[in-house]
Amino acid sequence: MSQSAIFKGVVVPYLLLAPQLLVTAIFFFWPAAQAIWQSLLREDAFGLNSEFVWFENFIEVVTDPTWLDAAFRTLFFSAAVAALALGSALFLAVQADRNIRGATTYKTLLVWPYAVAPAVAAVLWLFMFHPNIGIFGRALNAMGIAWDYKLNGGQAMGLVILASAWKQVSYNFIFFLAGLQSIPKSVLEAAAIDGASPRYRFWTIIFPLLSPTAFFLLVVNLTYAFFETFGVIHSLTQGGPGKATETLIYRAYTDGVMNLNLGTSAAQSVILMLLVVALTFVQFRFIERRVHY
Amino acid sequence: MRGRNIWPHVWLVLGVLIFSFPIYITLIGSTHDGATIGRGDVPLLPGTHALENYAQAWGAGGGRYMGTPAVSMLANSLAMALLIAGGKIVISLLSAFAVVFFRFPGRMICFWAIFITLMLPVEVRIIPTFEVMVNLSLVNTMAGLVIPLIASATATLLFRQFFLTIPPEFVEAAKIDGAGPMRFFRDVVLPLSVTNIAALFVILFIYGWNQYLWPLLIINDRGLETIIVGLTKMIGGGDSQNEWNVIMATAVMALLPPVGVVLLMQRWFIKGLVETEK
Amino acid sequence: MATLSLRGITKRFGTTQVLHGIDLEVADGEMIVIVGASGCGKSTLLRIVSGLESASEGQVLIGGRDVTALEPAERDIAMVFQNYALYPHMSVFQNMAYGLKIRRLPKPEIERRVAEAAKLLDIGHLLDRKPRQLSGGQRQRVAMGRAIVREPHLFLFDEPLSNLDAKLRVTMRAEIRRLQRRLGVTSLFVTHDQVEAMTLGDRLMVMHQGRAAQVASPMEVWAKPADTYVASFIGSPSMNLLPGIMAADGVVALDGGIQLTLPAPIAGATGRSVTLGIRPEHLAPAPDGIAMQVELLEPLGSETVVHGRMADGTALTAKLLGHVPESGELMLRPDPAWLHVFDRETGQRISA
Repeated sequence: MSQSAIFKGVVVPYLLLAPQLLVTAIFFFWPAAQAIWQSLLREDAFGLNSEFVWFENFIEVVTDPTWLDAAFRTLFFSAAVAALALGSALFLAVQADRNIRGATTYKTLLVWPYAVAPAVAAVLWLFMFHPNIGIFGRALNAMGIAWDYKLNGGQAMGLVILASAWKQVSYNFIFFLAGLQSIPKSVLEAAAIDGASPRYRFWTIIFPLLSPTAFFLLVVNLTYAFFETFGVIHSLTQGGPGKATETLIYRAYTDGVMNLNLGTSAAQSVILMLLVVALTFVQFRFIERRVHY
Repeated sequence: MRGRNIWPHVWLVLGVLIFSFPIYITLIGSTHDGATIGRGDVPLLPGTHALENYAQAWGAGGGRYMGTPAVSMLANSLAMALLIAGGKIVISLLSAFAVVFFRFPGRMICFWAIFITLMLPVEVRIIPTFEVMVNLSLVNTMAGLVIPLIASATATLLFRQFFLTIPPEFVEAAKIDGAGPMRFFRDVVLPLSVTNIAALFVILFIYGWNQYLWPLLIINDRGLETIIVGLTKMIGGGDSQNEWNVIMATAVMALLPPVGVVLLMQRWFIKGLVETEK
Repeated sequence: MATLSLRGITKRFGTTQVLHGIDLEVADGEMIVIVGASGCGKSTLLRIVSGLESASEGQVLIGGRDVTALEPAERDIAMVFQNYALYPHMSVFQNMAYGLKIRRLPKPEIERRVAEAAKLLDIGHLLDRKPRQLSGGQRQRVAMGRAIVREPHLFLFDEPLSNLDAKLRVTMRAEIRRLQRRLGVTSLFVTHDQVEAMTLGDRLMVMHQGRAAQVASPMEVWAKPADTYVASFIGSPSMNLLPGIMAADGVVALDGGIQLTLPAPIAGATGRSVTLGIRPEHLAPAPDGIAMQVELLEPLGSETVVHGRMADGTALTAKLLGHVPESGELMLRPDPAWLHVFDRETGQRISA
């Protein structure tokens, strides 16, 4: 912006920025620096002395087979949540886009699960799939399937995935529908005149034009599955049975809050931070590209 | 043509049913007595105990683990959500205004300092942040619940993005009219930002209301319990003998405010959602 | 009402210099049009006068008062922007009253001034509307109104007509001129449109690459352009500029071999390389004229613009009355009273 479109002064802008900078410094940078520092220290059993151990905490974390299990579990969990939430949202958005007349109504009806907290989503799904009192839990047992997510790790994982994906579909649906509705109708009409069948049109025209949206949503869904699903897992399975639903974020929480193992917990936090940095980077690289279009 | 057009509707209705069913069954659950649910006979039609279930949840709470009345938890959640949303909007408006409409030494450093917080979601910095809270004796306070969540790169970036679309001539015209920066902020920038503020408010209200991990860590005083955390504490290990009727009534109350905000402010909600992700 | 003086205004953005020392004296009540191609520095100059930009060197005096160091609001000026810069959330009344409100004028005074300006501009019935409910022409009027209510010493116009369609532009042009005469406020008007410049200004300042190429009345700029840039910029179609050499003090020999005699000799010019300027409208058919092969006709109704080439291939444009054959050869003779001679090296006008 040129010189004429800005105000003069140094004190005023700093006063304006002060609240945000203060909160950012105290609650973001200071703790982040602490996490990095602590990840390089190890405390003795009584928390009296700490010793600088370089990357030992990191090595301990990443060579711990249970942590590696949690990492792969997180990957599987996130991929499943993203696939389920993206797939069903895309399917519904395509259906809604086909009849513009009802689209707004369906949007209203499909949009609200976004507002449900992950932890509350877990409660709702628990109530349906509880082995003794849940309507589906009992039905499954009645059909002879031994359903108890509190005992069966696979079932627990399935339930956590369903509850997490359920909440995220609304979000994806809104973006897919917006993406679909921004595709110029003339392009589709041209393809129709060229004689492309609806299915062919979807895969050769709609899907490629939608792929930026899809990619963006993929990153968002992965971030969601990594971090925000903590509430689902904590209130539904507490990471169990055994460690069947323990994701990385849940693990960092138990190590730090429950087991008070500061060094390795801090190391895990640092690893997770790096993960977010990577995801943010990917996202911004992509947005930059989109801006240039 | 006509025959083919029915399928989208079929799929969509099916989708709506699947997505609504968890809520429906929760609503149903909140209208029966505890014994009916405990036996595992959840009917598909509403029962007659709605009033007493909601009354108990509202005034006394449920579960044998704790009995925090929902009214108190709702008040805490409301306070938290409003303070987070309001606080984020205020500090983001101010800092975005400073970054866009001033040139001062250190401007880019400030901008990046704010921007970088995008990469530090609360979940990854829980333990160290908790220690800071202990040192500042903010544990078990509303301030401790709200302030660390109040700095938001997303809101600042959204406002920055929007401010950049304000024609520079407005600033010039204001200067010729004799308006200083704060006057310009109040008379021009704020009124122009109203829809953006509304949109952001919806998103941030939901964000604030639905906080889980942070209140779980920072609050163990029942008087400050939020409804989301309180609800999951009522469930405990998921015992069949829980007062599920009261729990379901509490669940309905926990999800009603954010869902209501989304439905009532749907236009702004979608705008907010789409724009914060640009 | 006031005079305006610019003294040695320069402006650098980093290492690029966009203004190279502009001097200008504007009389009380005068309308000066600053005209030039985009990037010539005309808008920057206007912004420096307004105080929105600061000059690297030089002074701005309004009414004899040095305002160089003052903020825009302290300079007693009003500006009409290209995109009008009307605040979209304020009504027409609020837009016009905003500057007065900030100046803490009493409410009745504000209302009186707005009402007067609205009446003058015929927008009284629009005062409660928002800018988006107005047409382009109406917005333009409101932008003018906002400037008028301030009762400033100086009006600044930054291409205010360029967002209007062609027909409206002509109407508004006349209206601005009438208004400015009536209010008698000293004005600077920036435009890239030479017709706008010619019709609006008491005087023009033709700018080229950060310099004032010529400051003079419209007719003088047209009749005696100071250099080849002004010569080709003002007038439509552009002046023909033909390379030649002074065969004698009063004779130009074009590179194509044709010799033309000037109405008055230029002392000591013999042998100089020159550019001869002939406006298309100063060429007329004559049996003893220059031969031109016709290539393209642009009929304008009462006149026809003829594009063609001389015997040596140099392009030539003429504006002729009446019927012109679509092809073939035309014999054209320039009016000797309207020959312009410029130095070929510097482009500066040589003939008196």
